[in-house]
Amino acid sequence: MEGSGPLSTQTTQSPQPAQRDLLYSEEEEALRSVVRGLLADHCDATAVLTRTESAEPHDRELWKALTDGMGLAGLLVPEELGGQGATHREAAVVIEELGRAVAPVPYLTSAVIATEALLACDSDAARELLGMLAAGRTVGVLTVPLATAPGGALPDVRAQDGALRGSVPGVADAVAADVFLVPTSAGLFAVDATEDGVTVAPQTSLDLTRPLATVTFEGARARAVGPESGPAVRRGLRAGAGLLASEQLGLADWCLTETVRYTKERTQFNRPVGSFQALKHRLAQLWLEVVNLRAAARNAADTLAAGSADADVAAALAQAYASPATVHIAEEALQLHAGIGMTWEHPVHLYLKRAKSDSIALGSVGRHREELAARVNLPAP
Amino acid sequence: MTDGAELRRRAQEFLAAYPPDGTERAEFLKARFDAGLAWVHYPEGLGGLGAPRSLQAVVDAELEAAGAPDNDPRRIGIGLGMAAPTILRFGTEEQKRSFLRPLWVGDEVWCQLFSEPGAGSDLAALGTRAVRDGDTWVVNGQKVWTSGAHAARWAILIARTDPEVPKHRGITYFVCDMTDPGVEVRPLRQITGEAEFNEVFLTDVTIPDAHRLGEIGDGWKVAQTTLMNERVSIGGARIPREGGMIGPVVEAWRERPELRTHDLHQRLLKLWVEAEVARLTGERLRQQLVAGQPGPEGSGMKLGFARLNQEISGLEVELLGEEGLLYEDWTMRRPEKVDFVGRDAGYRYLRAKGNSIEGGTSEVLLNIVAERVLGLPSEPRTDKDVAWKDLAR
Repeated sequence: MEGSGPLSTQTTQSPQPAQRDLLYSEEEEALRSVVRGLLADHCDATAVLTRTESAEPHDRELWKALTDGMGLAGLLVPEELGGQGATHREAAVVIEELGRAVAPVPYLTSAVIATEALLACDSDAARELLGMLAAGRTVGVLTVPLATAPGGALPDVRAQDGALRGSVPGVADAVAADVFLVPTSAGLFAVDATEDGVTVAPQTSLDLTRPLATVTFEGARARAVGPESGPAVRRGLRAGAGLLASEQLGLADWCLTETVRYTKERTQFNRPVGSFQALKHRLAQLWLEVVNLRAAARNAADTLAAGSADADVAAALAQAYASPATVHIAEEALQLHAGIGMTWEHPVHLYLKRAKSDSIALGSVGRHREELAARVNLPAP
Repeated sequence: MTDGAELRRRAQEFLAAYPPDGTERAEFLKARFDAGLAWVHYPEGLGGLGAPRSLQAVVDAELEAAGAPDNDPRRIGIGLGMAAPTILRFGTEEQKRSFLRPLWVGDEVWCQLFSEPGAGSDLAALGTRAVRDGDTWVVNGQKVWTSGAHAARWAILIARTDPEVPKHRGITYFVCDMTDPGVEVRPLRQITGEAEFNEVFLTDVTIPDAHRLGEIGDGWKVAQTTLMNERVSIGGARIPREGGMIGPVVEAWRERPELRTHDLHQRLLKLWVEAEVARLTGERLRQQLVAGQPGPEGSGMKLGFARLNQEISGLEVELLGEEGLLYEDWTMRRPEKVDFVGRDAGYRYLRAKGNSIEGGTSEVLLNIVAERVLGLPSEPRTDKDVAWKDLAR
């Protein structure tokens, strides 16, 4: 048909957000290129796979290169506190590349979530910790289950006379942590991992590259960093959720690129399998999802960077879209790799495990839709 | 060098000379064309100033703020979006001078005689014949899905001029005079009950050779320009949050709590998310174009909007429940322009089915994405080296 296309139907609306910059700047592309180069040298799929089977799940050498060498742990920390004074836009680019490599480093947990939680606390203790986290020699982890959504219920750790008691399962990167940030009803506390009364018990995790552990405090001595846990945790988790979309974008982009490459090379019935229309259409659909995912992820990063009033909506929107899309893309990547994709030696399983785990991390799709329903005035029955 | 400030100044000067409230609409539009403010990226004398395309927004904003009349792109969309860029690129100087001004002003409506009953997605298989007779061509055949043909003064037409060569090579591109006595336009009633499209029968239609666009046998190449511009114009519209199809659904949800169910709530939120993300993708594409780095995203925009429009309008009918069982009007009508605004949910649901067919089916567009964006191998082609006359039909 030769008609004209869909046209706008204007109605009463929720408030219009300001127009965001959804592109990558030249500086951001330069940053990407440096990080990608470093990961190509230090973090190939075989090395990641080998590490998942070792006693040391995190790549400390890579972490040192990213933090000591490039100062990337301090991107979100102001310069006067020892950081780089950059924004979530740059952090998002780093996270995208870390996702593309399923890199086993505690960047999202320490350099984003713990750092953002501390940025919400106005205290000398918080500022001191921010400097340490920015330098990268100290890894900080917010002690909540990885599945906690921004605004979700917090674990029940009690603070009494400067000592903590309680147990928190499902804490991501806890085995790499030097310091735990612990929300309690008496405020946010910091505890060194080496402190007496702190136990970290690794759990067997679906995602081998972002390991989980149960952290238990039995009278561990802690120092107060903020009088209120709620706003600090919410800020940390919101930034985490918003930037997790960039990790999902990196994962998804790798899955699509590798699958396109494979289907061009693999022949069956005397043709490259990528020449069959049934497969081409599926790959084109995945490309569309990646294109959409990129817009949603850039929007989330830019609203966080600008401190926009739309940042909560943008983070929930990005997660509500990115989680199912990334899992779909990873599942399709495995299916289109067929037999080899089902093996331990091919890295696609690392991506599927991370994608599925990311879809639960920082709130499931349902939680983010509920958040949107409240924020854009689409109430439940 | 023409920059934004210079264009703003020209627009202001123009408005001072032709104040919108004191100037008759047609006069205003003609003067705007002559001032080079119609499409600033076109050459001088042809409605433009040879300026960067992105600067049109500067002019539009100035004129819109002053309450200037627009040139009604919905009615003349095919002329503006498809015929004009093709004439600009392939037309002779004489063709550009005679066609572009009345086209832009809206004095002359254009339609597109491409699709045929046996040649839709496989457009190059078309069978309408054009036979040379001295300085004219004699055309016979049938076209279909021609929107606006009943109102059109001119048509862009592709026809077969050499059946002895493979199908893509024997096609030539023409401008057809719709007032020629051999042109018969019959309404084609659609799923919505309306006849927005037509069948067009061409019987011994004579077209002067001066109305040929491009070289003989080069019609397929010329048509690619038209089709590319068609898809851009379908997928590229800028919309605000909750603009487009999702708008009436969220409005009904907010104003009529008695319609809400938990299942509809989940589906609405899912589609709200997808509509907002698609909007951001469109915005990202627009920013890339402005920055002079066009991305391949445009290839996917129409695909995404087609599916979304269908899902959202389908949900809307369900949300309305008993009301969704009703339809506004099955009377056969011939609308001059297509618009979802002010229509009911049933119409939107039915009309949106065309979104994945018109301007290239979603299946053909997925092939284009797979082959041109992802670089996947093309389908094996059995008709590539066969003369058109020997193809099975």
